[in-house]
Amino acid sequence: MNTTRRDVLKKGSGMTLLGLLAAAGWLKPEEAAAQAWNKNAFDAKTMDETMKAFGGGAPAQSKDIAFVSTPDIAENGAVVPIGVTSAVPKTESIAILIEKNPNMLAASFEIPAGTDPSISTRVKMGQSSNVYALVKADGKYYIASKEIKVTLGGCGG
Amino acid sequence: MPDPMKIRANSVGDSTEVKVLMSHEMETGQRKDAAGKTVPAWFIQTVNVAHNGKTVLNAQWGPAIAKNPFLSFKFKGGAKGDKVQITWVDNKGEKRTDEAVIG
Repeated sequence: MNTTRRDVLKKGSGMTLLGLLAAAGWLKPEEAAAQAWNKNAFDAKTMDETMKAFGGGAPAQSKDIAFVSTPDIAENGAVVPIGVTSAVPKTESIAILIEKNPNMLAASFEIPAGTDPSISTRVKMGQSSNVYALVKADGKYYIASKEIKVTLGGCGG
Repeated sequence: MPDPMKIRANSVGDSTEVKVLMSHEMETGQRKDAAGKTVPAWFIQTVNVAHNGKTVLNAQWGPAIAKNPFLSFKFKGGAKGDKVQITWVDNKGEKRTDEAVIG
C-alpha cells in the first residue's frame, strides 16, 4: 500500500500532515513548507503572547494602516466584515486580531511582492471589542486599532 | 468532498481582483450542540492563492474567520484567460483546490 489517506489521517498533527501530503504528491513541497500553521500564534490569548509567537517586539502605532469597509457596529457577531489596507512601505504581512475573542489572532495574510497590501474578509466576534490590524513591514511591526460594537455575539455563546 | 469555492477573478487595470467564497463550517470548538456536547473545532487553517504557479497570497486562519469564509484582495498582473488557483487545508487535513479563469 502506498502512503494512503489512512496513514495521513493517523498522524493528526498539522505539520506532519502537510509533510505527508507533500510526500504523497498532494501538495507541492514548496506550498507545504510555506504553510506551517503557527499554532502558538493562534493559541495566544494576549497581544504579548501573539507577538512572542511571531517573534516580534511590541508593534508601533501607525496611521498608515486603515480599516476599510469595516462597520462601527456589527449587527451579527458571527459575520463581521473587516477590510485592512496598509500604506506602510514594504508591507510583508497583515494580521487581524480581535481583543476580546478567546484567542486574539483571527487571521494572518502573507503579502508577496506584487500583491496589494489590502485584504477583506469576515470574522466572528464574541462581543464588542477592539480589533487590531497588525502589519509587518521591512521586518518591523506596526499596528492600528478600531473598536467594533457587536449587538449579537458570534462565537456560539 | 467539500463543496466547491465560488471564485471571481477580474482584470482591473493592470491588476487582478480576486473574490472567493468558500464553503466551510469554520467551527470554533466553543459551541455546544443540542445535547450539550462541545462541537469539535473544524476550520480552514491555510489558504494559498496562485497565478501561473506563483503564490499571490498565503493566509493562515483561525476559527474566528466566519463560516463560509469570504476573502478579497488584488494582485498586479494577470491577464484575461489566465488561471487563478486557490487551495485550502483545514485542521483535519482535508483540502480543496479550485480554479477560476480571469475575466
